[in-house]
Amino acid sequence: MSDFLTQFAPALPEIFVLAMVSLILVIDAAVDDSKRYIAYVLSLATLAGAAFLTVNDFSTMPVLALGGLFIDDPLSDVLKLFLYLTVATVLVYSRDYLRTRGLYKGEFFVLALFALLGMMVMVSASHFLTLYLGLELLSLSLYAMVALQRDSGVASEAAMKYFVLGALASGMLLYGMSMLYGVTGSLALADIAQNLSDGTDLRIPLVFGIVFIVAGLAFKLGAVPFHMWVPDVYHGAPTAMTLFIGSAPKIAAFAFVVRILGQGLESQVSEWRDMLVILAVLSMAVGNIAAIAQTNLKRMLAYSTISHMGFMLLGILAGSQNGYGSAMFYVLVYALMSLGGFGMILLLSRAGFEADKLEDFKGLNRRSPWLAFLMLLLMFSMAGVPPTVGFYAKLSVLQAVVEIGYVWLAVAAVLFSLIGAFYYLRIVKLMYFDTPHDTSPITASPDTRIIMSANGLAVLALGILPQPLMAVCMHAIGASF
Amino acid sequence: MFGQSILSLVIWVPILAGVAVLATGSDRNASLARWIALAGALLGLAVAILLLTGFDTATSAMQFVEKAAWIPAFNVHYHLGVDGISMPLILLNSFITVLVVIAGWRVIQDKVAQYMAAFLIMSGLINGVFASLDGILFYVFFEGMLIPLYLIVGVWGGPNRVYAAFKFFLYTLLGSLLMLVSMIYLYFQSGGSFDIQTWHTTTLGMTAQTLMFFSFLLAFGVKVPMWPVHTWLPDAHVEAPTGGSVVLAAITLKVGAYGFLRFILPTLPDASHEYAWFVIMLSLVAVAYIGLVALAQSDMKKLIAYSSIAHMGFVTLGFFMFNPLGVEGGLVQMISHGFVSAALFLCIGVMYDRLHSRQIKDYGGLVNRMPVFAAFFMLFAMANVGLPATSGFVGEFMVIMAATKVNFWFAFVAATTLILGAAYTLWMYKRVVFGTVTNPHVEEMSDINAREILLLGVLAVCVLAMGLYPRPLTDTMHVSVVDLLAHVAQSKLP
Repeated sequence: MSDFLTQFAPALPEIFVLAMVSLILVIDAAVDDSKRYIAYVLSLATLAGAAFLTVNDFSTMPVLALGGLFIDDPLSDVLKLFLYLTVATVLVYSRDYLRTRGLYKGEFFVLALFALLGMMVMVSASHFLTLYLGLELLSLSLYAMVALQRDSGVASEAAMKYFVLGALASGMLLYGMSMLYGVTGSLALADIAQNLSDGTDLRIPLVFGIVFIVAGLAFKLGAVPFHMWVPDVYHGAPTAMTLFIGSAPKIAAFAFVVRILGQGLESQVSEWRDMLVILAVLSMAVGNIAAIAQTNLKRMLAYSTISHMGFMLLGILAGSQNGYGSAMFYVLVYALMSLGGFGMILLLSRAGFEADKLEDFKGLNRRSPWLAFLMLLLMFSMAGVPPTVGFYAKLSVLQAVVEIGYVWLAVAAVLFSLIGAFYYLRIVKLMYFDTPHDTSPITASPDTRIIMSANGLAVLALGILPQPLMAVCMHAIGASF
Repeated sequence: MFGQSILSLVIWVPILAGVAVLATGSDRNASLARWIALAGALLGLAVAILLLTGFDTATSAMQFVEKAAWIPAFNVHYHLGVDGISMPLILLNSFITVLVVIAGWRVIQDKVAQYMAAFLIMSGLINGVFASLDGILFYVFFEGMLIPLYLIVGVWGGPNRVYAAFKFFLYTLLGSLLMLVSMIYLYFQSGGSFDIQTWHTTTLGMTAQTLMFFSFLLAFGVKVPMWPVHTWLPDAHVEAPTGGSVVLAAITLKVGAYGFLRFILPTLPDASHEYAWFVIMLSLVAVAYIGLVALAQSDMKKLIAYSSIAHMGFVTLGFFMFNPLGVEGGLVQMISHGFVSAALFLCIGVMYDRLHSRQIKDYGGLVNRMPVFAAFFMLFAMANVGLPATSGFVGEFMVIMAATKVNFWFAFVAATTLILGAAYTLWMYKRVVFGTVTNPHVEEMSDINAREILLLGVLAVCVLAMGLYPRPLTDTMHVSVVDLLAHVAQSKLP
């Protein structure tokens, strides 16, 4: 009996979240509209509880559990803590927005927590089955979240696109996994890594398997040329959902990619590196150039996401611990900036008005100097201008590619980030140089403002002292590989 | 008491003062913001003077060194220090900041706190550029100063300010991003160090040196700015408010030139010698051709902007003569240009505040209405021409002497500036100040007030003092320059 419990102990946070989701589902069904805050409070409590459980059982070395399906290592623990933080911030930012649009229902919280559970499983998976299980739990929750605003045609269209393309990507991923199974005879990442490093004669199925897996991963990350869903979904989904999709799942996707490529296919670096180089260059190019042409901020940030994923891939394609650590730093920083960027749209929105057009940011410095300053920090951080943390994220991935001798790739990356700087600067221009044409007061609640201030200032504070976060990333990767 | 961390104070006092100014909030507290800004700027200058009094001119080693681990993951340190090359520049910057705060006292009525704060924060960041001994720290300050400058040009600038702000930002970002890649490359070549002095002794192959030479050249050349990457400067100058123009010309251009001495020459000596002809050629084009361009300007700010480019051409020319006279001449020219261009832009600001025009043709006969101003303007115009006994003469003379030693024709082309500079400056002066009053608005102009006399008077003293007795300045930099050139003379090929 105790043996059985030990097997489950590493998965305690996941089990706790699952139990709480079920509880919230039941409670929410029993309360009326005036008491929806119960689900909100319970969701935040769930996140706090899960964080407590994760910290309490923080592992210093990898522990395999559940018969090798599940791994609890420093990497997964650190990423989970950031997932809780990100999801909690999303919930706080979204509250007012959801309330004014009649979406403030238990379903949102249940779906968000289910998505979180999926991400936690992805982060802790050591087996193709658990990886896929987590991914699908996340994806299905996200499809439903996008479609939650039933009477909006755009949202339904976005959900449909997301679902069809997501299912296609999952199919590719499964196909690639089955080929790898054929080559190695195992679905456990550790066995696959072992088997492949011993060498195999089945080169062709192996390479095909890698191609399918990389294509599937690229779909999920939104890397070019598998990016077409990103702008439509980001644009069409209610902004609160966009905020969710644009932040936490990127952290999980990073773990997903590192687990498969970095741990399972470690010995095949030479095969997948070139594929990632192409994906990274195309993503940075298309993302940054297409973003210039956007007039909708959500769409612009969608293209910016694509380019940021390209940058993140630079770290991964280095194929070293240094590279993975850099990519992890990049993705955490990206999640922070993305939260702030979309959060600002939510904050400026009010009943019947979406502040998602570039024009809505005109003259923000006159309406609210503080919010404009925070957005300024976020935009310069996305552009990678010091002293904001975005610069160190770029620095770390650039040094990772220079280390493996790909100086040309670093040069290409900085040139694309120069193009990218243009549209971030344009936001700053709108806020500071132009006069507002919308002068209605900003109605955000105090707690949202406080969290937004913390979010914006974190970008600056981590820029002045980046070491703690960087050390956490390097340590987590170092202790888990 | 602060002896150990005085360089940190030079950087952080203005920045913290800027934050304090920002905290005063809206324009209702404008006068409070102004006084805090002035106090912060004066305090910054006081710290810089304290730095000067403790400075030892007999050694080329870095002084007031501070070193602490900052980002151990990449072996980046918070590493500060000054030598004879950076010391005068820090002093110049802290001094100009005070002038800029005073110059914006009345003129700026909109978002005063943000305006003052932007200048103070930028001043701290620029001091950081001059004091950094760690590549990443340098880069952070180097890039960080773009943010306040972008806002200064964009928020308080003229009608075409958006275009100018974008052009300026993207131009300079292009150069610095390529430099960043070079720095990362150096990091790996030097065995994992971002320490600038370690880079000075790192062996590098010729191909690597060449590629890095051109990436650094682009980064610093854009900032200087050298022909043909100078086109952002006239736009930015014309659109910037007076204070912005002063800082742009007096300080930010020096950051580029400083980069040549701190990075390019000592880190890449072989490439520097190999491609010296290229830089010399660009410098001579800047001196001669841009001088002609300046002659054709009808906008006073544009004219001074082009004249700045021509004067900075002298600086880079001096650096690539590889002898102490040339490098010191370039440095003297930098400081002198800091005073003279600041003064000229302030003069244009004085006229602009009264008539709201920068067009030469709108003026004429100013001497009748503003005799005191006309006298000051005359002095600074003469300094810009390089008249002996003004600071402008010293640097140009030293560089021309140095160039004569290397190649007569370099000196010959460089010396055309004495003619061209006189032509465009004095011709402008004649059209603006002398003659009869044709524009009725000029009749209504009042002479400069006490605040403006103070500003221009202080600068006049500096210009004359430097012109009459430049010895303290050259003494400060001499040992460091000789040491630098000894470094540059050694090949670093493997």
